[in-house]
Amino acid sequence: MTAIGHSPGAAPEPILELDGLDVTFGTETGDVPAVRGVSLHVRPGETLALVGESGSGKSTVALAAIGLLPGNARATGRASVAGTDVVTAPESVLAGLRGRTVSMVFQEPATALDPLTRIGAQIAEVVRNHRSVTAREAHRTAVGLLRRVGIPDPERRASDFPFELSGGQRQRVVIAMAIANDPDLLIADEPTTALDVTVQAEILDLLRGLAAETGTGVLLVTHNMGVVADFADRVAVMLQGEIVETGPVEDVLLRPVHAYTRRLLAAVPRLTVAEQPPGQAAPALDGSGSGSGGSGSDSGQEDGPRSAPASTSAPAAATAPADEPATDVPAVDSPVVDLRDVRVVFGRGARAVRALDGVSLAVRAGETVGLVGESGSGKSTAARVALGLIRPTGGTVALFGSELRRTRARDRHALRSGIGVVLQDPVASLDARMSVAECVAEPLRVHRRGMPAKERQELVAGVLERVRLPRAFARRAPRELSGGQRQRVSLARALVLEPRLLVADEPTSALDVSVQETVLEVITELQGELGFACLFVSHDLAVVQHFAERVVVMRDGRVEEEGSTAATLLRPTTDYTRRLLAAVPVPDPVLQRRRRTERRAALAADGSGAGA
Amino acid sequence: MSAVLQPGQSPGTGPLADPPGDTAGAVGPRLMVRRFTRNRLAVAGLVVIVLFLLFCFAGPLLHPTDQTHTTLSQVNLAPSARHLLGTDAVGHDELGRLMFGGKVSLLVGLAAGLLATVIGTLWGAAAGYAGGWIDAAMMRVVDAGIAIPALFILLVVSAISTPGVFGLVVILGLVSWLVPSRLVRAETLTLKNRDYVHTLRAIGGTHTRAITRHILPNSVSTIVVAATFQVADAILLVAYVSYLGLGVQPPATDWGGMLSAGLTAAYSGRWWLILPPGLAVILVVCAFNAIGDGLRDAFDVRGRA
Repeated sequence: MTAIGHSPGAAPEPILELDGLDVTFGTETGDVPAVRGVSLHVRPGETLALVGESGSGKSTVALAAIGLLPGNARATGRASVAGTDVVTAPESVLAGLRGRTVSMVFQEPATALDPLTRIGAQIAEVVRNHRSVTAREAHRTAVGLLRRVGIPDPERRASDFPFELSGGQRQRVVIAMAIANDPDLLIADEPTTALDVTVQAEILDLLRGLAAETGTGVLLVTHNMGVVADFADRVAVMLQGEIVETGPVEDVLLRPVHAYTRRLLAAVPRLTVAEQPPGQAAPALDGSGSGSGGSGSDSGQEDGPRSAPASTSAPAAATAPADEPATDVPAVDSPVVDLRDVRVVFGRGARAVRALDGVSLAVRAGETVGLVGESGSGKSTAARVALGLIRPTGGTVALFGSELRRTRARDRHALRSGIGVVLQDPVASLDARMSVAECVAEPLRVHRRGMPAKERQELVAGVLERVRLPRAFARRAPRELSGGQRQRVSLARALVLEPRLLVADEPTSALDVSVQETVLEVITELQGELGFACLFVSHDLAVVQHFAERVVVMRDGRVEEEGSTAATLLRPTTDYTRRLLAAVPVPDPVLQRRRRTERRAALAADGSGAGA
Repeated sequence: MSAVLQPGQSPGTGPLADPPGDTAGAVGPRLMVRRFTRNRLAVAGLVVIVLFLLFCFAGPLLHPTDQTHTTLSQVNLAPSARHLLGTDAVGHDELGRLMFGGKVSLLVGLAAGLLATVIGTLWGAAAGYAGGWIDAAMMRVVDAGIAIPALFILLVVSAISTPGVFGLVVILGLVSWLVPSRLVRAETLTLKNRDYVHTLRAIGGTHTRAITRHILPNSVSTIVVAATFQVADAILLVAYVSYLGLGVQPPATDWGGMLSAGLTAAYSGRWWLILPPGLAVILVVCAFNAIGDGLRDAFDVRGRA
């Protein structure tokens, strides 16, 4: 929390003030109102978080505030930045304003930087746009800025190209560009959404520090309630282009008034944290109480897989995952998918990348295994190996008890009918040139060639209903569906053959929280009915904690830690998992403040603060 | 609800009843037509092509002429009421000849352009989808082909044998599939990594299915646009070859052949032997290119004027 109180009366003049802002987009299919009558203000030194789900208009508000609306947008009302109305101001005035009085941090650091220009030069360019300084001075300023945003060895790194930096470092460079001319207002549009949680925590620390240091007002656009709790002083909640609730962060997140805010907060999966001393009640993990996992055994690693979500099970040796039957799965011993000592190497020679390095993991019938890790940890690669999309360089992969490499092509084909797949991108998962029915029926056309059309239609309609979509959706085109509906169509396609294994690679990470909740509910419900096993890949520890019975934590192509979800995510045995958990922001400002302090203390105790 | 699920009227592809106006395919085509018509040049191109097709194929009905026998009493007449565009050196009515030759030019151009697109599409899709050394080998073939000027190959072949209309189509098709194959390969490279293709592969779908059901339908915009440009190129190529006297042989002719025949008259002021076929080639080629541009707008997913 920045050290700015909300003392009424003595508040300084707002640096950003929106008054009855309307934005309408003229499109080929008619006018679409995106923002309706939005009024808000940001004072110097204060952070206002603008939250809402996709399509709520929050990003449009941010763009309007810096006068960067696309050409087909019409804005009315007032949006004044430091006294200048950006709605009516001519481009020349806006150009003088941008980068100097108000600047912006975009979501995707990979595309916000010019890949062909050294980072020092990019920052120096921003400096020289607004100040008449010599090239050498601008370069010196750039190096100073890089130091301020925590890039180690800035003199040398200034001559790096963006591709030589990690995602977190790139975002630091973007921030350096944004603060280059000491703006009074910083607009950050989902500044950490593209980053891993540990990096996100560092970037939020950085932004918080910079804002406090210079008294910059921050307009933070985000969908992540944890980030809001971590960073914001005040919150404005947007729904369909309008602000439905505004207030101090603690009021809005802990005592929401508007029904939508309540619904939104209820849908956020909360990470249950156990390392708190008693007295502070952690938000309850639904179903399995937070106590049971912690008390199940002394070392979390010894908890075996469970099949029912709420019960802890008999201990199994974690090192030999194949020889202990799950408690109440009928007589199925062998895992549905079993990766043993799998190695995957991309490329050859000196440039070879070890994507997986001796990974062993198994999913038993009816069980849900969460595969978590940061980007680049190899979790998606592992899932793709299990799917047979990537051929491992070494090790063995067994599907339903048959080792893939030893089975003949025809048998392999038959084995494949037992797998359902849901991948991350709701848009790319469905062929836009097919109807929903054709998409869902595709596995039938692959594995049940002779099936009469009538029967196929019935099956498709039935499975659509199972994923809670109306039968009539069969005739729709994917583009007419929302993201959550598309993912449910993907799920319907995955389940139409009643598979024994569902592999879901980040199935909900592109979705809004409320939609995510529905999709996860549908999967859980159908898993109860159909009893398939699930390999659930996710970067979101809170989701995995709610959804999976066993969790495998991956790092740099290796399994770092595995065990029952309750035990592993409450009492991790490795530093890595602990750091990962500590970096997840929880949507409770009070709790989050304490977690932040603890995380900082832990990092300091480590001696070396990990560079981004 | 099940009343909705009548047996499919379109067997094979759509397992469900044809969508009514407000669903599935309806929005797409209508929007595409609107985008296409917004490109004025493309509409003009379409009009030009339609007019030329009418001119060449329906024109002879209104203006029947003898394009086989020579009429030596009526050579090199200037345009008049009887011969609107005059007559050529052997007494053929020039207007009628423009229709007669246009048939060959348009037919050969369209057929050769389409043939080139089909070959190029299959080659490019196979190379892009297979990837690895197969892709490398197939694309080196394309590189080598592009390195040899198409005109050179045409001349060599025409010098060896005298192709008829059909032969001309095949030869032109075989020398001009290279560019569309590159375009389709590039498209395939991105499409084969779409999640729906991964999903299909993971559940055991075949490569053939991935290519025919997913990759080719989704590259249709690239393919159609490439096809229009190929047609324009092919019409030009026919004109080149015939101009050099190696195309279709007299008494048959095409616009290129007419230009060639008229060249001897260039210095004697008989403009009516050169200008009409020349303009026709230019107009048709420009028109096809404009249509290609319009189609690109129409298919562009993100496109917005």
